[in-house]
Amino acid sequence: MRTATGAEAGGDVSVRAVLANPRATRLGRRYLDTDLNRCFTHAALNGPLSDAPPYEMTRARELDALLGPKGSPRAVDLVCDLHNSTSNMGLCVIAFSDCDWICLHVFRYLQRQMPDIPVRYIHLDVPDEESFSLDSVGKHGFALEIGPQPHGVVRSDIYTAMKDGLQHTLDWVRLFNSGAVFEGGPVDLFTAVGHVDYPREADTQNIMAAIHPKLQDQDFCLLRPEEPMFQTFSGQTLRYKGSEPLYPFFINECAYYEKGVALYLARKRSVTLPTLRVHKKGHPANFVSVQEEE
Amino acid sequence: MSGVTLVNLWMKNGAEIQRKTVDTKPFITNPRAVEKCARYVDTDLNRAFTPENLSASGGKELPYEVQRAQEINRLFGPKGSPEAYDVIFDLHNTTSNMGCTLILENSKDHFNLQMMNYIKRAIAPASCLVLLNEHPLLKYSTSRSVAKHPVGLEVGPQPQGVLRSNIFEAMRVILKHALDFIALFNEGMEFPSCTVEVFRVSESVDYPRDANGNIIAMVHPNLQDCDWEPLNPGDPMFQTFDGKTIPYQGTGTVYPTFINEAAYYEKQQAFVTTRRETLVASAIRKA
Repeated sequence: MRTATGAEAGGDVSVRAVLANPRATRLGRRYLDTDLNRCFTHAALNGPLSDAPPYEMTRARELDALLGPKGSPRAVDLVCDLHNSTSNMGLCVIAFSDCDWICLHVFRYLQRQMPDIPVRYIHLDVPDEESFSLDSVGKHGFALEIGPQPHGVVRSDIYTAMKDGLQHTLDWVRLFNSGAVFEGGPVDLFTAVGHVDYPREADTQNIMAAIHPKLQDQDFCLLRPEEPMFQTFSGQTLRYKGSEPLYPFFINECAYYEKGVALYLARKRSVTLPTLRVHKKGHPANFVSVQEEE
Repeated sequence: MSGVTLVNLWMKNGAEIQRKTVDTKPFITNPRAVEKCARYVDTDLNRAFTPENLSASGGKELPYEVQRAQEINRLFGPKGSPEAYDVIFDLHNTTSNMGCTLILENSKDHFNLQMMNYIKRAIAPASCLVLLNEHPLLKYSTSRSVAKHPVGLEVGPQPQGVLRSNIFEAMRVILKHALDFIALFNEGMEFPSCTVEVFRVSESVDYPRDANGNIIAMVHPNLQDCDWEPLNPGDPMFQTFDGKTIPYQGTGTVYPTFINEAAYYEKQQAFVTTRRETLVASAIRKA
């Protein structure tokens, strides 16, 4: 990736492109020793390191020094972490907060600028202290997750969607920095409430069923109690046994087999965004978000 | 993951693959790669069955897959000898939108042609196409080439490391029909002469790359997922990262396949072109 620094009329923004896990990238793998995207909790970043720590634990600290430190005033304003998924999720903005108005306004802006692709906001309901991914290092941050795409493949439609999504995000930041007013209003988001693992054999932990053909690729389509969820290798249908209809996502994500996740489940909620405008205090790069009272 | 999952299932309970007159053995060719959820550990097993590798000395010093190839050759071969297994079905998935594809290595293998004809008819109206790779330069030494009648079964699209139930079931059904055919043949059924449409591998096309070997363009959106559809001279083929279209500049209509297969980036292949051909299969009956 090229490093780009852009200063355009009406709103300076400094952009830094970083390859988070270069060794894994060279090998065409998600990670070498341990999942980098789980190494950014406060405990992982600041606790004692063993004599021969996993590569990714060391790398996470390098990234924290570069973009953070997490939780400090020196951290970058916004981290946008680029991900692909084998799941049929379209474009998702994934964040730990449901009230970070920067992230939510960016999300709404993306929805409006990209009407041809489904754009959704996933709220991981995890307390601040336990946030674990790279995007939590910045003062604001989110993952831009786009699928479906197989691991190790570049699809032109997915690439273009990610390029556009990133470009619109940068446009939003420039507009924000130059004093644009972003009107408030309601948005729908999906708050994760749990996940479901594959049925597994008790002794070997090998999976014994696949996502049911009626659920495969149906990310964000409401899953109701008793609807098909898995199909065993002997052809039996296993049904969703929850009592509440929920929205599934990350259905059949390759990287989550080892994490015991066949799919996540979410509640759809509506939140009301306040009107947002930068409050300039001298240097254009400093800002404080302002909530205007009606 | 479909093939690995099916073989593991059959190793625990092989009832589904048993036929009275057929001796069937389910087998995992590359267990260490399966453990790592990778295609291979040291070198691609599915290119490793060359005469040089099969006769190489060095024992445990050899790359894992070369050792494995020699082991497989002992168990199911030796390749080219009368003791070799009659048939090997090599179960593969692909990230390409190829549907169900049977891979043939020899246009004069009448037994295989008859089997493929049987399978195609059995699953109709669902489709199962036949890819013939007899190309002197592009043909490669596969695991299945140890047997007298090697059959590749390629089902996609499916991401690596993922099990999709529709892909899994499709592979399972094709195997069922293949084994039914062999059983019928062993019981003495005659299969009259027939024609089989095949797609013959013609050319391998790589991604445009820079001086350092990095790809500088992607399969064009108009070509992506269009396996087996005609590609004409002038049709979009690649799209550079800044949106320019690179057209196909061959001399005639071809039928591309293996479009955007993940495992082939390192083999310098974005897709292969094929040409349609009709082969005649002689009548066969067990002697």
